[in-house]
Amino acid sequence: MAEHRSHVITGILRLIEKNRRALSALLVLFVMMIIFIIASPQVFLNPLMYKAILKTLPMFIILTSAMVFVIVSGEIDLSFSSVIGLAGWTFALTLRSGLSPYLGVLFALIVGAFVGFINGVLVTRVGLSSLVSTLGMNFLIRGLIYVGTKGEGTPVTYLRDTPFYNAFIGSIWGFPVNMLWALGFVVICVLLFDYHMFGAQISCVGDNMESSREMGIKVATIKTLAFVYVGIASAIVAVQFTLTNQIFYPGSGESLLLVVLAAVFIGGTPGWGGIGTIMGAVIGACIIGVINSGIIAAGVSYLYKEFFYGLIIILALMGHKLNEKRYQY
Amino acid sequence: MKTKFLELKNISKSFGKVNALGRVNFYIKEEPEIVALIGDNGAGKSTLIKIISGVLIQDCGEIYINGKRMKNWSVAKSRASGIETVYQDRALALQQTLARNIFMGRELTNIFGFMKNKLQFAEADRLMRTIGFTSKVFASGSIVAKLSGGERQGVAIARALYFKANLTILDEPTTALSLTEAEKVFDFILQAKEGGSSCIFITHNIYHAYYVSDRFVILDRGRVIMETDHEHTTAEQLVKDMQKIAKSNGKVKEDINNGRS
Repeated sequence: MAEHRSHVITGILRLIEKNRRALSALLVLFVMMIIFIIASPQVFLNPLMYKAILKTLPMFIILTSAMVFVIVSGEIDLSFSSVIGLAGWTFALTLRSGLSPYLGVLFALIVGAFVGFINGVLVTRVGLSSLVSTLGMNFLIRGLIYVGTKGEGTPVTYLRDTPFYNAFIGSIWGFPVNMLWALGFVVICVLLFDYHMFGAQISCVGDNMESSREMGIKVATIKTLAFVYVGIASAIVAVQFTLTNQIFYPGSGESLLLVVLAAVFIGGTPGWGGIGTIMGAVIGACIIGVINSGIIAAGVSYLYKEFFYGLIIILALMGHKLNEKRYQY
Repeated sequence: MKTKFLELKNISKSFGKVNALGRVNFYIKEEPEIVALIGDNGAGKSTLIKIISGVLIQDCGEIYINGKRMKNWSVAKSRASGIETVYQDRALALQQTLARNIFMGRELTNIFGFMKNKLQFAEADRLMRTIGFTSKVFASGSIVAKLSGGERQGVAIARALYFKANLTILDEPTTALSLTEAEKVFDFILQAKEGGSSCIFITHNIYHAYYVSDRFVILDRGRVIMETDHEHTTAEQLVKDMQKIAKSNGKVKEDINNGRS
């Protein structure tokens, strides 16, 4: 009996150790929610508040989960926000041409994957720093969108209540379907990151690129696949965004750039590569999602939103620093 | 003439204006042997082994395995030929577990690429026990960064041992090791030879080299300057030869061992 209890305790401790960073992020979310509930109970205990959060949370979750792969590989992708715009534009153009919206989704995914591939080539073959090259791609693509659209949006209101719309944006027993898509995406991310050789090799590449190369890992392929993955995630979000707002507009995704990256770091994935947590990223997305909707719902001026983002980022990262085990490297 | 397991013919490699290797011939016999590759810093030892292991591609020259010329040599082909390399930097990912490091690039997976994590952990545990690393720090779930320099060396060597190489290349394996840890490395090298595996042992330490090696190849400024074997030299003679080579400033003739056999 005592031995069984000891096994259980060891198992729990091992689980905590393995998910240290994600649990640390969960603590931040928990403390933040307590403070918000105490400060504004009429807002934060109201289910309608969470319905509002669930409208935009799926996008944060999909983007942060995918971004973990790129960050863990030792790189960064600053182009995803404009890829959302480009994929959204592709989707809208496909619809305007009278083609099936499912084809629109396919074309959007292809465009997202292609931009990811270009990012991968620029970083791994041309040898550019991912920070600079994806920043450049961000401006390039956004510029293309503005020039091509002449700054005008494309409404898609006619899709409302169609089977396609309900499949992506509808609700099942009051629960938003796009949240189910996001959760499905997270399951895929967890399977790939924690259980598949792709995730293992991404971690090794980000940890020590030269060692990985010496051990026969195809470093360029792995990194490029990570960028393609973020491109695909951006395309999924573009379709959701366009359907939720019932319009594609040229600035789609612009506001997401820094908050998504912040969510990844708040969630406990460090910026130096090699280690990361999908669940931590999801929790980071929840933190950002709650601040995003909660601040305004609580009647606090929107001007405070960025102040709270900054405060949470710094406090969360300080918490992760204290939580970090000190190793001799 | 007997087929050699590995033969390098006229291998040259430059990095920009630096000629790292110039028309080097090198071989490993078919029968298991331990060859010490000795030379000063910049002699070309690391470049040579990186070419053998497929990490670097030579500018010219050929590589033969069991008499067959190998085209489009790569890390994968090198490993498939049974060549394992333990690099000077040990090629470890420090934030990852011991099991992940052992199976880095060669994960045990099902047909869909999903890892057999339990099997990897169990194999890593078994491997560390087999070679005598029984301390708790060598648990398969341990993070490699927690290990000392010698312990990390143990992990890197264990990795080579797991994949049962025909030829194991050890690049400076005893640097920064304690005497006990260095002895473990020598035991491994001798064990590997008994098990049918050859070794290339790169070192600055002539005494370490002499203790385990059958044959000695001395490189200087990208050329093979001297070759001899255990029968025809002593550690002290090797030290004197190295000093002569170092003082000669690259002017020593390649037949320095004339008259010594």
